[in-house]
Amino acid sequence: MPIKLNKGLNLQIAGASQAKLGGSVAVGCCALVPDDFSGFQARPAVKEGDHLAVGDAVAYDKLHPELKLVSPVAGTLKSIVRGERRKILRFEIEADGSDNVKTATVPQNPDCAKAISLLAESGLLAFVRTRPYDIVPDPTVVPRDIFVSCIDSAPLAVSAVALTAGEASDSIKKGVKLLKAATAGKVYLCVGKDWPYGKIEGAELVEFEGKHPVGNPSVQIEAVAPVNKGDLVWTLSFDTLCRVGHFDATGKFDPSTLVAVVGPEIKQPKVLKTIIGAPIEPLLNGNLLPDDHHIRIISGNVLTGEKVGLDGYLHFPYRQISVIAEGDDKDELLGWASLSPSKMSNSSSFPGRFLKKLFRPDARIQGGRRAMIMSGQYDKTIPMDIMPEFLIKAILSRDIEGMEKLGIYEVAPEDFALAEYVDTSKLPLQKIVREGLDYLRKELQ
Amino acid sequence: MSKLRQYLDKVRPHFEEGGKLHAFHSVFDGFDTFLYTPRTTSGAGEVHIHDSIDSKRTMIIVVLALMPCFFFGMYNTGYQHWLACGESIFPFWQLLFYGFLTILPRVVVTYLVGLGIEFVVAQWRKEEIQEGFLVTGILIPMICPVETPLWMLAVATAFSVIFVKEVFGGTGYNIFNVALVARAFLFFAYPAHMSGDKVFVATGSMFGFGPVAPDSFSCATPLGQIATTTGNSLQLTGIDGSILSSWDAFLGLIPGSFGETSVICILIGAAVLLFSGIGSWRIMLSAVAGALLMGWIANSCATATYPASYLSPLDQLLYGGFAFAVVFMATDPVTASRTNAGKLVYGFLIGVVAVLIRTYNNGYPEGAMLAVLIMNAFAPLIDYCVVQRNISRRLKRATAKN
Repeated sequence: MPIKLNKGLNLQIAGASQAKLGGSVAVGCCALVPDDFSGFQARPAVKEGDHLAVGDAVAYDKLHPELKLVSPVAGTLKSIVRGERRKILRFEIEADGSDNVKTATVPQNPDCAKAISLLAESGLLAFVRTRPYDIVPDPTVVPRDIFVSCIDSAPLAVSAVALTAGEASDSIKKGVKLLKAATAGKVYLCVGKDWPYGKIEGAELVEFEGKHPVGNPSVQIEAVAPVNKGDLVWTLSFDTLCRVGHFDATGKFDPSTLVAVVGPEIKQPKVLKTIIGAPIEPLLNGNLLPDDHHIRIISGNVLTGEKVGLDGYLHFPYRQISVIAEGDDKDELLGWASLSPSKMSNSSSFPGRFLKKLFRPDARIQGGRRAMIMSGQYDKTIPMDIMPEFLIKAILSRDIEGMEKLGIYEVAPEDFALAEYVDTSKLPLQKIVREGLDYLRKELQ
Repeated sequence: MSKLRQYLDKVRPHFEEGGKLHAFHSVFDGFDTFLYTPRTTSGAGEVHIHDSIDSKRTMIIVVLALMPCFFFGMYNTGYQHWLACGESIFPFWQLLFYGFLTILPRVVVTYLVGLGIEFVVAQWRKEEIQEGFLVTGILIPMICPVETPLWMLAVATAFSVIFVKEVFGGTGYNIFNVALVARAFLFFAYPAHMSGDKVFVATGSMFGFGPVAPDSFSCATPLGQIATTTGNSLQLTGIDGSILSSWDAFLGLIPGSFGETSVICILIGAAVLLFSGIGSWRIMLSAVAGALLMGWIANSCATATYPASYLSPLDQLLYGGFAFAVVFMATDPVTASRTNAGKLVYGFLIGVVAVLIRTYNNGYPEGAMLAVLIMNAFAPLIDYCVVQRNISRRLKRATAKN
């Protein structure tokens, strides 16, 4: 019996791609952005100009040096770009055409500590997130359970499961095996209806049905085995599971990734094969609609992605590029009174709500920021037994006890993305939650 | 780019910091964002697309939902006036125009006073102008008796906007419904004026238009009549002495506050609010249920001591400001309960308390206003209980496992 979630919202945006590979793009350089990995305090592991093989550590974490970010290409570290107060913005790595790959030896049946240290060493632990806090895991703590979300329900996302076309069975089995060794509890595979692989040995298969955010780990965890105070679970996505499986089988880091290039400003939405941290421009080459207005390129989906320029790079989780209109060059007279069917909204006061059509939204916040006025709006988008509005208020007032009681340990910023989209008061909820999580972590340490 | 946009961009520098007209920055900004959707786009760490609904549209929809009541109020004001003058012919457009002339200065005064304060406060706090007063400004004249002197309206509006809204932090932070407090202020500060016999019907001619009513007529509202009834029979009459039925109360051609009399128009407004998802069906439904229940209890042990207990439960819904208060006042999201379960309790108690006050307190013929204000005060407590229930459920889950 699938677990059915009734709350949520699927945004109807133009420019979706089919779930099949539309070509591959070879790139000569790539970049790793430490900020993509919340909780990871990057220290360079190599100097500028040093040679790197695929899988060699580029950076390690200040607190847990065994936790690493590894290079997706063989080549040299071109530069470490720093910002204010010498904060590392990104590591730029240039490929040199060689095919050096670091190979680790993976024992057949590692114990728990060994399994975690293997994952940390391989660089794949950085692709895992924890509940609570939604940060990169501490490799010294054994997780209660591990949740693998095999659903990507975000707007315009292409199912990573469907893209494997039923051929990832080995990777999945091996991946589950290694993850199972890393936890004392269970490995849950949270799958959608399109799951072709059936039961996997060592994993609990849980089927989910519903609208976005059904693919968010927080939602799945709450429905299966909720996180209470003191618990710690890991979450990862299906593509990371496959990489773990590949690492277990070969001892190598798999830097390839499938990126869905989608959105209303894309001529031909498609899925491209490239590598982690690839530059944006070659991926969009010639695929943008004619340039007569400002556009916004987002690495990721329109809800949780990162705004990048054409000269930017793919950000974690390296699966999607969405391109929408920026909208800051548009004049809309009396926009609040508009009855235009092209206005995208979840409110019945817009005719578009009742049309079965795809919208072309832009990046304007469509109003002004206000105090919280309407009630119950957030509830409808968050299929969890929490009171989002009161949690947000507790975070804003930095009330630690209130945050704990209201369930801050169960949520990640991404869970509030839809609420932020529908919010009449245009509050930056994801940012508020992120700040709350960081504050809590700092105070409790 | 249109001419208007070009003009706004041209004069903008005058309103910026250091410009000649900087003191009017918030006013300029208010008009600019009213005319054109702001070009602000999402920043880092925020969602990249936003729903097209904003608080301007939300407030305007509430104002639209009030329009049937507003226009009916104009007609009814004229109608009651014509009745008071003893006329027997009721020319539609003249009645409407008379009502328009009556209400216009009131709307203008409340908006001038209220928006004026909003503009000043927004400028002082260096904030954007908030559109909450768009609704409040039209509500105040609609819930006040039509003969309320303009200066009283101005004082009540100013009191309410400053001490009920702005001192708490502005729109979204107030504890009590701003429009209702304005009404309550009038009721308690000028009781002689507000509960008299004639205050609910316009008597004079407006700007020289319309007949002048004779001095000797009685125009107590139905609930006013009930409050002063003695004996155990209840007979409600209109201004011309004709007998009023529940149907009249449903249509709304009875004396009462400007916008509150017509239940049918209130229902149209309720439909608009419910369809657009702005008004809460939970509050409306449970308030009606509460009033019916309390009305039934009161009615089944009716005594001559409390004449309003002779009203049938259904009549309790139709007379006075109850329906209007439930649809437009109780559903104000800022002052109502914010949890779903809380809304049910909150609405239900409004219904119960409104009928309770109306029936068992002869001092106040109308209880809806006080009921909503009392429940405004209790709304945070109700929410607190609902949230605590959620918290203890989560705690239980944690301990059950260990």
